[in-house]
Amino acid sequence: MTTPTMTTPTMTTRTRTTVSPRPAHRLGAGLLGLGLALALAGCAGGTSTSDPAAVDRASGAPGASSGPPDEAAALSITDPWIKAADTGMTAAFGTVVNDSDVEVRIVSATTTASPRAELHEMATNDAGEMVMRPKEGGFTVAANGSHELAPGGDHVMIMGITTAVRPGDEVSVTLTAQDGSELTFTAPARTFEGGNETYEGDATSTPGAPGATPTPAAS
Amino acid sequence: MTGSGPDRRTFLQGGAAVLGGAALALGGRAAWDASTSTGPAVDPARDATAVDATAVDATAAGSAVVPFTGDRQAGVGTPPPAFVSLVAFDLVAGVDRGALVRLMRIWTDDLGRLTAGRPGLGDTEPELAGVPASLTATVGFGPGVFTACDLEAARPPWLAPLPALAVDRLQDTWSGGDLVVQICADDELTVAHTMRVLARQARTFTTVRWVQRGFRRSAGTTAPGTTMRNLMGQVDGTRNLVPGTDDALIWHEAGADTPAWLVGGTSMVVRRIAMDLDTWDALDRSGREIAVGRRLSDGAPLTGTAEHDEPDLDAVNDLGFTVIDTVAHIRRARSDNPDERFLRRGYNFDDPPAPPALSNSGLLFVTFQRDVTAQFVPIARRLDELDLMNTWTTPIGSAVFAVPGGCQEGEYLGQRLLG
Repeated sequence: MTTPTMTTPTMTTRTRTTVSPRPAHRLGAGLLGLGLALALAGCAGGTSTSDPAAVDRASGAPGASSGPPDEAAALSITDPWIKAADTGMTAAFGTVVNDSDVEVRIVSATTTASPRAELHEMATNDAGEMVMRPKEGGFTVAANGSHELAPGGDHVMIMGITTAVRPGDEVSVTLTAQDGSELTFTAPARTFEGGNETYEGDATSTPGAPGATPTPAAS
Repeated sequence: MTGSGPDRRTFLQGGAAVLGGAALALGGRAAWDASTSTGPAVDPARDATAVDATAVDATAAGSAVVPFTGDRQAGVGTPPPAFVSLVAFDLVAGVDRGALVRLMRIWTDDLGRLTAGRPGLGDTEPELAGVPASLTATVGFGPGVFTACDLEAARPPWLAPLPALAVDRLQDTWSGGDLVVQICADDELTVAHTMRVLARQARTFTTVRWVQRGFRRSAGTTAPGTTMRNLMGQVDGTRNLVPGTDDALIWHEAGADTPAWLVGGTSMVVRRIAMDLDTWDALDRSGREIAVGRRLSDGAPLTGTAEHDEPDLDAVNDLGFTVIDTVAHIRRARSDNPDERFLRRGYNFDDPPAPPALSNSGLLFVTFQRDVTAQFVPIARRLDELDLMNTWTTPIGSAVFAVPGGCQEGEYLGQRLLG
């Protein structure tokens, strides 16, 4: 018998599948004052595509970087997962980590499970109810910080599932930063009964509604 | 002990970061633990500083980690912690090999996290994961897995219900199962949470067939390595296989006849043995000692002076009778064939009785052996034939499982069978 050993288990696992810069917006660093920018850029009903130029102007960034888009290169995701669902809606979660010294804004998402993915938040509507709705301006990941995507909070909303997401399946999700660079990761599907928030404007649209519960077996 | 992975008594004092403030939060519990282990008893209400100073010792049982990955699954050769939940699942119709792969991926991921003191993905009670308490979870496959996965040709011949025994009064509710998970930890809340996470994630693949919960002495209450006592008061499990010494009888090792998935694997028999404690009450101490052939005080054979003394089965008393009765349990439980032995890793159960019974108690007789047919069955037959203890004990549940080898980082449990 060996004597007890002292160690600390790894606390988290980080995933970083691919980062593929996409020449969309040639915006580099300098996203200071983004909070203000978001407030200014707010366009009602917008999903996740507030005008990046407005942000840049508001931030006062003196001349954006001229290199290829690489904001997402500093991003990784910890403990990603997606709620299993055969049809309808679901959502992806995880903690996005930013290892750079500049804030990174995620402005859109895509997934292999459906052509429709949006960046959503939970918020209180005018009636005082908690509802989920597209998040104006997307998700901001602070410099050397992280942004949690979790049931009941910000999440990647996936609508109109075209490929059933069965428990244990692995679904590819891509987050796109404001400069067009991307973080792609694999989200393992898990059975999850929660996350049945009301979708703003449509009380029946709940990702965890009985009809969306994955059916047994069949692989 | 030789070998690697979870067999070693490697207790990692993990989770320090996550448990940082736990000792203080526990308060009285920390003090209780301290008073029952090596640390000095402290009263946190009177001296918070003292609690802080002994915090590491006070929560040692809670922060202990048994490695999940390795050549062999943990929970067999690792020391049995205080509590167990044995959970058997049945596969729902339609679950095939592909579906089982998905379930094993999920469980493997969950168990890698939970055994390290971290919540599973989508864990709705993540705070309950912070006390690993030597958590192990050992996954076994019943015969139904091989049927559902169209792998009948790979099913070991010993993976089948045990042959019928005359003493058996088996109940369906405690027998069989397509999958089993043996969840062990030194904390019951940890066991319960682990079971909840696994069962929740399995809900589209399985139904829960039975759950058997058991216990031994709590962590920090007896010296490590102390043989357990059962609810009849007996020292139970003295003559046992020793992991590391008797590995050839416990594990399947690499060889021409061993399929890859069984390398580092074993078999698991779960027998639910009811004890009639009410009639046992009527037996005096000498009668109880004769029934087993060991002293109640320390488990020594009636011919010896210490627990691990070898019984002298030929010794006779003044009247010419053998000291150890001809039908005493320890005489009947041993075979002349040294290969007919198995690793016992049992737990007590003490469930609510149905009136007018006073108790619903017994033993979760859990054994591990390389080959059920060659090692377990001959002894079960001997005891079925003759054993004084049969007067007070009755098998009411029975199940046999194949325990695949352990998984390495990046692998899932059973991958070499299902993948």
